[in-house]
Amino acid sequence: MAMTYLSDLVRHEGDPHVIETGQSSLSAVDQLARMLGWFSLGLGAVELLAPGRVTRALGMEGSEKLVRAFGAREIGAGILTLSLEKELGLWSRVAGDGVDLAALFPAMREDNPKRDNATLAMALVAGITLLDFLTARSVREQHKEGDGMRRDYRDRSGYPQGIEAARGIAKSQPQPERHDQVRY
Amino acid sequence: MKALVWHGKEDIRCDTVSDPEIQDPRDAIVKVSSCAICGSDLHLFHNFIPAMMPGDIMGHEMMGEVVEVGGGMDGRLRKGERVVIPFTIICGECHQCKRGNFSVCERTNRNKHLAEKVFGHTTAGLFGYTHLTGGYPGGQAEYVRVPFADATHIKVPDGMPDDQALFLSDILPTGWQAAVHCDIEPTDTVAIWGCGPVGQMAIRSAVLLGANQVVAIDRLPDRLSMAEAGGAIPINFEQESVIERLNELTNGKGPEKCIDCVGLESHVTFSQPDGVYDRAKQMFMLESDRPHALREMIYVCQPAGIISIPGVYAGLSDKIPLGMAMNKGLTFRMGQTHVHRWTDELKHHIEAGRLDPSFVVTHKTKLDNGPEMYKVFRDKQDSCIKVVLTP
Repeated sequence: MAMTYLSDLVRHEGDPHVIETGQSSLSAVDQLARMLGWFSLGLGAVELLAPGRVTRALGMEGSEKLVRAFGAREIGAGILTLSLEKELGLWSRVAGDGVDLAALFPAMREDNPKRDNATLAMALVAGITLLDFLTARSVREQHKEGDGMRRDYRDRSGYPQGIEAARGIAKSQPQPERHDQVRY
Repeated sequence: MKALVWHGKEDIRCDTVSDPEIQDPRDAIVKVSSCAICGSDLHLFHNFIPAMMPGDIMGHEMMGEVVEVGGGMDGRLRKGERVVIPFTIICGECHQCKRGNFSVCERTNRNKHLAEKVFGHTTAGLFGYTHLTGGYPGGQAEYVRVPFADATHIKVPDGMPDDQALFLSDILPTGWQAAVHCDIEPTDTVAIWGCGPVGQMAIRSAVLLGANQVVAIDRLPDRLSMAEAGGAIPINFEQESVIERLNELTNGKGPEKCIDCVGLESHVTFSQPDGVYDRAKQMFMLESDRPHALREMIYVCQPAGIISIPGVYAGLSDKIPLGMAMNKGLTFRMGQTHVHRWTDELKHHIEAGRLDPSFVVTHKTKLDNGPEMYKVFRDKQDSCIKVVLTP
């Protein structure tokens, strides 16, 4: 509603404006996908712009370049998830989650002073992986074109007198004059 | 009143909005009896057409009963009359209207200054479309204000049901204009890309205009079956090569006439890498259109042939093989439809029983179900080809 209030400020006077909003064509799953897309962009920006903070928090100093690369990947996945190809974006997030888990695994070593943080990060990534997976599956389910059973419309010619009677009729019969001026 | 309102990408809602009012003596208020979702509404749904605003009412295919008129009608339109509202708003008096170029009416776009910046010159105002074309509230609603209503209406002949008359507003004249633009000769092969509603109308128009053979290209069996019913030879591009099959059907010469009923959202598949390239560029806002079908028809069209484009393009298309088109001497014709130019002729064909455009309707439901139907139509679920909504 907030956006419609703003756009009403520049709307032509007298045009209808929204009084009460109804249910959106965006399903709950679509909205969740959108949130995950924004989350990707946010996380990607942090990884890209402040990789040192990430590596320090996880006890993975020296891996800044890797974190930056992961940030670029997150941003790509975010853009894809926010686009119409959201399913592809979500599956790319699932794949990215797998890579994140693999990259976090070495931080679980006994001598890592930030092992607790790494464990927490592993748990979060595992949870998000599950969420990404379930969302991707639901998006696929909701937007698939059908179960392969398509209708046959071979009985819908659109020619009440049959196709042979229609063929070339617009050329072979005198037509009302095509008028280039509005007649009232 | 209830109306389908655009709130953002993929976000259409059935909202309660304030009622439209007469703003000008040439206005009329129409109580909508039927309206439809058009393929170009999906471009808005996907936010590919710039300058939409949250709160915009959708819909440019509608008809109904006149319930209120302004004081400047001079008897041209009266309360109680049943009318189809053409999607292009026309004044009927400007230089372009007088030449029959109604879709580029010089007066009806109330955001003329924007159109002139973006297009170089203004085009006509359109209902339920971008603010570049006036941002007029559309007809997927219980009521619609019709500006310049004394000129912008088609009176419905007595006894003609809504389903037959409704498509005079857009898809029937759009398919017809596309076929007329081809200057069809009795020896011509007309190849039509895209078997959505406009494609179906273009097929019937090409048959009525006497094409030797009509070929329809799509990938969905339901759409191809409807195309076949209309007299077209179907090509499923997921199962066979379009170029090879078209050359086979034309003794290697290619179709003389090609019609692009696909527009800016060509199907993306890894078997057509240019489509993947376009989709990637679209995603990063480096290109607005995916013109795969257009590229294919430039390649396969017979030299000195005609390419007619009723499909909607939004802005900038990449990698159009203009050198190929130039060397082959192809003629391009395109544009939004000059609806009024074709009205009498098409009404005549419907009344004479030569054509019944209601064949295309596959789904009819209440306006409240509109948001769901946008998804069904977009995702091509339940063999959906054309949705008609009744308030």
